[in-house]
Amino acid sequence: MLKKLFHHASSQKDCARLCCTKIENFGVKAGRLVIFEDVNIHVHCGQLTAIIGPNGAGKSTLLKAILGEIPHTGKLKYTDAKGKHTGNPVIGYVPQYLKFDVSAPITVQDLFAACLSQRPVWLLPVKNRQEIIRCLSRVRAAELIDRRLGALSGGELQRVLVALALNPMPDLLLLDEPVSGVDQNGLEIFYEILEDLQNNEDMAIILVSHDLNMVARHADQVVLMDKGVVCSGTSREVFQDARTRKIFGMLAEGR
Amino acid sequence: MDIIYDLLSMLPFDWLSYGFMKNALLAVLLITPLFGLLSTMVVSNRMAFFSDSLGHGAFTGLALGAILGIFSPTMSLILFSVVFALLITWIKNNSTASTDTIIGVFSSVGIAAGLMMMSYGGGFNKYSSYLIGDILSITQEEIQSLGLVLVVVLLAWGWIFNRLLILSVNSSFARSRGISVMLVEGVFAAMVAVVVAISIQWVGLLIINSLLVLPGAAARNVAQSVKQYHLFSVAFAMVAGIIGLVLAYYFNMAAGATIVVIAAGIFFATLLLKGKMAK
Repeated sequence: MLKKLFHHASSQKDCARLCCTKIENFGVKAGRLVIFEDVNIHVHCGQLTAIIGPNGAGKSTLLKAILGEIPHTGKLKYTDAKGKHTGNPVIGYVPQYLKFDVSAPITVQDLFAACLSQRPVWLLPVKNRQEIIRCLSRVRAAELIDRRLGALSGGELQRVLVALALNPMPDLLLLDEPVSGVDQNGLEIFYEILEDLQNNEDMAIILVSHDLNMVARHADQVVLMDKGVVCSGTSREVFQDARTRKIFGMLAEGR
Repeated sequence: MDIIYDLLSMLPFDWLSYGFMKNALLAVLLITPLFGLLSTMVVSNRMAFFSDSLGHGAFTGLALGAILGIFSPTMSLILFSVVFALLITWIKNNSTASTDTIIGVFSSVGIAAGLMMMSYGGGFNKYSSYLIGDILSITQEEIQSLGLVLVVVLLAWGWIFNRLLILSVNSSFARSRGISVMLVEGVFAAMVAVVVAISIQWVGLLIINSLLVLPGAAARNVAQSVKQYHLFSVAFAMVAGIIGLVLAYYFNMAAGATIVVIAAGIFFATLLLKGKMAK
């Protein structure tokens, strides 16, 4: 609990002690259409920031802008724990697996070996199987190593992708949660893994989520987006805000 | 080379007694593994339509080579095909129009411009062999250059494959791992373009794309891992190539077309097998 309180400490002061990432004035346009603009988010290591919002609010696009995948305005500033500006943070990314080609004959081990080494997977035997198993155990997925991607459940695939995003260990972890396809049990494990990362690794986590109950229970900071930041703060603050209720058309649970 | 020919003569097959059949067999043994390898990622990256357009682009390359006469016909064919492939890849990545529309446009332009130039002055007939292809007319020098291409493609495949695999799973994920999508897609497109360009006169424009799609599609039905995928794809392509060539010889049919029909047969067989495995 103390740790949680510490994470909630007001943002600016922490920067002296914790690494922090500032997303400043981010904006993305597609032609003349403004996807979002003036997005300012400030995240710290050990903090889980959840981004919520209606469909088409620009949540997934924001993650892609942070990744540098699409052109955007604004800057991403990263400062490490010693307070030195270190330029670009190492970013880990967990995409929405719904856009995955899961019918391909690729095993979990194939995908890992392709990501972690230069040895051509199609020709040479995998050398670092033990390392892969170690990575997978961290997300409780070691037994999945020889399964095909297509034979994994939504939650399992999501965990495998988290394990991949942790190699190399990122400063900033971006997660794009799928709208559906993960069962309740899978969700619980997923958030437990995130909690473990928050507590034991020096990284900030930004999560695009659709599950408001889970957000309310686990997020240190919640950002409500709709073409820009509508409001942000602790989950209680955001869920009690009238604008949140208006956008989601219901009473979201506070903590 | 002579040793290989002597070895082939020692095999107890009637059809191998002719020099042209020895050449054709060697060509098949070199071309089909190429197509088998590339086929895996053509299918995984949903590039069937793209590779089809490369054949059409090669057609324009041929015509340009004949008209300009700056390079040898093969050289201009390869150069133009690579430029054509890179151009499609670049526009695809920098335009909001859908991929199939862009490829469709290029494909049409490729075939139309090629036909227009070839038919200039009524000389189209001498090009018509490119439509169907004739593997029996391949020469020893051409076989040697095919061997060289196979070695180069194998090396390039070893270098780029892992990145291509990650890209085929999800492009955002690939970018987040520091993979340059443009570079990887460009190199792969250029490789396919080169292979299409050098083999189009043996396989034929009308059916060349089948060889880039069928082996991978069939292997995908039964493979459980990346290694199996490659193994099956190459094996299917080679088996179809050899059986097709022999049948074409005995029944006096176009070799390229026969090979494709056999490959299609393998595809449907694996499809049935997949249905059974699922049960």
